[in-house]
Amino acid sequence: MEHIITPKVEYVKLLNKYAEKKSALGTLYLTATHLIYVEQTNNARTETWVLHHHIVSVEKLPLTASGCPLLIRCKTFQLLHLLFQRERDCQDVYQSLLRLSQPVKEEELYAFLYNPHQNEEDRRQGWEFISVANDFSRMGLSNDYWEISHLNKNYEICSTYPSILGVPKNASVAVVTGSAKFRSRGRLPVLSYYHKDTKAAICRCSQPLSGLTSRCVEDEQMLQAISQANPNCPFIYVVDTRPKLNAMANRAAGKGYENEDNYSNIRFQFQGIENIHIMRNSLQKLLEVCSVKSPSMSDYLTGLENSGWLRHIKSVMDAGVFLAKAVCEERASVLVHCSDGWDRTAQVCSLACILLDPYYRTIKGLMVLIEKEWISFGHKFSHRCGHLDTDPKEVSPVFTQFLECVWQLSEQFPCVFEFNEHYLIEIHNQVYACQYGNFIGNCQKERLDMRLHEKTFSLWPHLLKNQHLYRNPLYRRSLESTVLRPSTLPLHFKFWCGMYNHYDRGMHPKQSVLDQLLSLTQKQEEGERTMTELQRQLAVADGVLPDPSGPINTPTEQDSPSEKTPTAPFVQSNGSCLPLVNGDAEEAGPGAEKCIDKEGAEPGATEHDLTSSEDKPVSVETEHSKEEVQESS
Amino acid sequence: MEFAELIKTPRVDGVVLHRPFMPTVEGTLCLTGHHLILSSRQDNTEELWLLHANIDSIEKRFVGSLGTIIVKCKDLRVIQLDIPGMEECLNIASSIEALSTLDSVSLMYPFFYRPLFEVIEDGWQLFVPEEAFKDLESMTDEWRLSEVNKDFSVCPSYPSLLTVPKDIDDESLCKAASFRHGGRFPVLSYYHKKNGMVMMRAAQPLTGTNGRRCKEDEKLINATLCAGKRGYIIDTRTIAVAQQAKARGGGFEQEANYAQWRRIHKAIERSNVLQEGLIKLVEACNDQSHSMDRWLSKLEASNWQSNVKEILTTACLAAQCIDREGASVLVHGTEGTDSTLQVTSLAQIILDPACRTIRGFEALIEREWLQAGHPFQQRCAQSAYSNGKPRSEAPVFLLFLDCVWQILRQFPCSFQFNENFLIMLFEHAYASQFGTFLGNSVAERLKLLLSQKTVSLWSWVNRPQELERFLNPLYEPNNLVIWPSVAPQSLLLWEGVFLRWNRSTKCLDEAYQEMVHIIEYNKELQNKVNSLRRQLAQLETEDGPLQTP
Repeated sequence: MEHIITPKVEYVKLLNKYAEKKSALGTLYLTATHLIYVEQTNNARTETWVLHHHIVSVEKLPLTASGCPLLIRCKTFQLLHLLFQRERDCQDVYQSLLRLSQPVKEEELYAFLYNPHQNEEDRRQGWEFISVANDFSRMGLSNDYWEISHLNKNYEICSTYPSILGVPKNASVAVVTGSAKFRSRGRLPVLSYYHKDTKAAICRCSQPLSGLTSRCVEDEQMLQAISQANPNCPFIYVVDTRPKLNAMANRAAGKGYENEDNYSNIRFQFQGIENIHIMRNSLQKLLEVCSVKSPSMSDYLTGLENSGWLRHIKSVMDAGVFLAKAVCEERASVLVHCSDGWDRTAQVCSLACILLDPYYRTIKGLMVLIEKEWISFGHKFSHRCGHLDTDPKEVSPVFTQFLECVWQLSEQFPCVFEFNEHYLIEIHNQVYACQYGNFIGNCQKERLDMRLHEKTFSLWPHLLKNQHLYRNPLYRRSLESTVLRPSTLPLHFKFWCGMYNHYDRGMHPKQSVLDQLLSLTQKQEEGERTMTELQRQLAVADGVLPDPSGPINTPTEQDSPSEKTPTAPFVQSNGSCLPLVNGDAEEAGPGAEKCIDKEGAEPGATEHDLTSSEDKPVSVETEHSKEEVQESS
Repeated sequence: MEFAELIKTPRVDGVVLHRPFMPTVEGTLCLTGHHLILSSRQDNTEELWLLHANIDSIEKRFVGSLGTIIVKCKDLRVIQLDIPGMEECLNIASSIEALSTLDSVSLMYPFFYRPLFEVIEDGWQLFVPEEAFKDLESMTDEWRLSEVNKDFSVCPSYPSLLTVPKDIDDESLCKAASFRHGGRFPVLSYYHKKNGMVMMRAAQPLTGTNGRRCKEDEKLINATLCAGKRGYIIDTRTIAVAQQAKARGGGFEQEANYAQWRRIHKAIERSNVLQEGLIKLVEACNDQSHSMDRWLSKLEASNWQSNVKEILTTACLAAQCIDREGASVLVHGTEGTDSTLQVTSLAQIILDPACRTIRGFEALIEREWLQAGHPFQQRCAQSAYSNGKPRSEAPVFLLFLDCVWQILRQFPCSFQFNENFLIMLFEHAYASQFGTFLGNSVAERLKLLLSQKTVSLWSWVNRPQELERFLNPLYEPNNLVIWPSVAPQSLLLWEGVFLRWNRSTKCLDEAYQEMVHIIEYNKELQNKVNSLRRQLAQLETEDGPLQTP
């Protein structure tokens, strides 16, 4: 709080980008964590909350006749244009925000203050909710070819890697440690994803310290071991995601890329994804295009082209597609690296995982993927997101690009993702918000040292709690094409207005199909509940069921249906909508039959035109919907 | 002339058909007077029936004795036919060329087409001006239906009946007509019920270099203004273009003579430039190169999206003048048959909820395009693959449909029809078995006896079986004015048309089906809940005491 010079300023204008006249006067508040702008017009009160951590820059613009303007840019791509009446206020707010938006120490981050009213047990469970180890078992590890290694449990082999690593079974300790020494920052080749069907693996590492001539037997043996771990293909791809020129330049510094002559049975490939600095500048240019006031179509398209942003997105996607194809079509294992193996490598490996495995396209699966490929493998979130006031050259939208690639995929495949666009945007906002501890620090070891699990909370349970907001109503679990094969022709890449112009509501469709469908699915759940209740009431009125409100009713009878298997088609309709027909229970599985026996209802006893089959599943449905609630809570 | 003379080889066996994202088909190729047919003879599932009129251009290639014909269609599809035998291939190619470029309208397929369905509601009789006028009469008595153009002598491109201010007599109309390009004097386009403001359209005034004026023209448009009110003249051309038009006898309304009007110039491209834009855009969409920069710069260079933005902006302006400013509007460009109609019809979609229904949209196309004299025959003679020098071809109507799609995308619940409806209209404007889009004006259509000799597109579309495909499941009637965003970020490339043949639609179709499912399931569920409620209520009234606590 000591950084807040003026906690409240009145008569501040929030300028509207499109209609300057419309801007009303409001009050600006500064709290320890947020900037809050409150506008009171007639009976409507609108509040704009901006987290200090989301502020990327504060700029005082030249004085105008109408006041002192302050331009606030956010990492969420929100732009606030404030107009103060008094220079003094503007200066105070400016100085306060400069300090508040750039915390110096980790402890100043919001996550260390934030408590979502959870007890220690909830906190612990929250942190354990997503587990990389579980994902290894989901992939079928350990098996004949791969094992989980604890060699890095003290982060001694590689300080930026996770404590558990997937390595080929036939790679000895000497090979593992030897190979680590030959890789930049000790980031040795380890398993990222194992594809059960083809037995091909995606492995990741950093660049080799090959320089112009150096070689390392252990590293060569490591690649050999990876190759041998896949009985279906005699070679492995080694993919250097960098442009060839960059990789060659690194050789002069004693780093570089694999010499095909030294490694047996590798196929070497460059991918041409640019480095973090080029990406940072590209985003900068893109955001300039986004913030232009009423640009012409030509300005916009030229700006979009000149920013290079979509070109870079395409390069990441191309590399991801290359990996996925190698794994599923050629059944070949792939080893991926860039320079340090924590930016481009993370992008490409995680994208390939999404293309290959439907699990990662679910709400929980994406959490696992981010936890695995990004958080635990040491993507430097603190540096890349600029959480603290550190080197601005370390900041880069690498993770944003990954999220965008997922969005681009969801545009081509609208039914294969369990989540919608809001989910990706929420994750993006949370990465920068530092409200939860997940994205603080640069690697697992740092997080452990910071004792984040004791001092902060995990984001994932929070997202799961709100998952109804993030669901894709069009999601079809049953979709057979498990491997996605997107087209990467340039014309299939679109500008992501929902992200980069998120706060320009005027640009978005005025009616949203997604919101419409989400509210329909909500209505559907209510409708199903109402129907169940009505059917029950009908049965009661009819004398088929005892009246629960009446005195004759015994509680045991009410509880009895709880053992029944819930199989009525209604409830499954959340996933796939079966058409409703009269007498739905006829389509129900064997469980429904079982319940007829238990229920003992006499179908013939009903006089009104409800078919008997409608009566039977009543209790089943009630029970099932209870279960549903439990599952989702 | 007999078609047989043009068909050098009526059939070839062993022809292989390649289509994007579809399996290749081998079969027999047949040429008839109006169709190119490929039949695999295997349960007839893999058949191609292509109207010659749909063929924009063809290319031939030879490898040894195997010939290949690339057929490029007006609906932007490209297909490839591998034909064994050089002579057969050459014959087929020249036959297709001859048959797809027939000049005489009366040889077109609609004159030969006999519907396989029973015409229940004749589309030719659906949208007659008298009916539209009846609606207008119920709202205002300021207007009358004039027969001044009954023999099309006053204005050949206008229909015979026109809605004009009540106080203006036919004689004045004739004088005003002589002052407007092509005789297109100002007529009523739209009456805004909410505030009684109107939109009129016309062609440019013939002021010429010496500033001619016409009292009758001034009186005519002033008659639409309320006392003391100002109106807006929206000239779809830039001031520079409008100035240049003076040298050729055209021009614009001088402030001095139209003191009650404020003139606004916009910059909608003239139709002759548009065709080139379409060709460039489609070329870019078919480019298989992986360079992002190349794609974006080609997209930009085609100017297509700029045109969409400019047209929509102008339409919004017209709608704004009427709805927000409470002023009447006169819209014109040069001839009043292209950009003018884009603006007046789009403004109505923004303002009038009726135009967002299927019937209303059909009526809009009848009123503002067909009867208003948009020269469909000339504009749609060729599409994006034409090799020849464009004569009067221009994708004016396609741009209009694109703009409608943009609004539909921004207001997905406000239209009774879906994207497929717009795509269908695009296809039929360029090649059709129906007579609706033949001819360039009402006069031409009468002369061709289209209503007797051909079937109307509406007769077919409005059948419940067909309509089903075009209904928007999300539609909820919305009586509001809908203001689209014209920011470049809000205007997307119309993939449904331009990428239609360049992508697999499987996933998108699945998504659409899933959406329909969700909506229908919900409706059924609500019905079911309601019927249960009724049953329960009934039971309760029957034996009421049961429920007493």
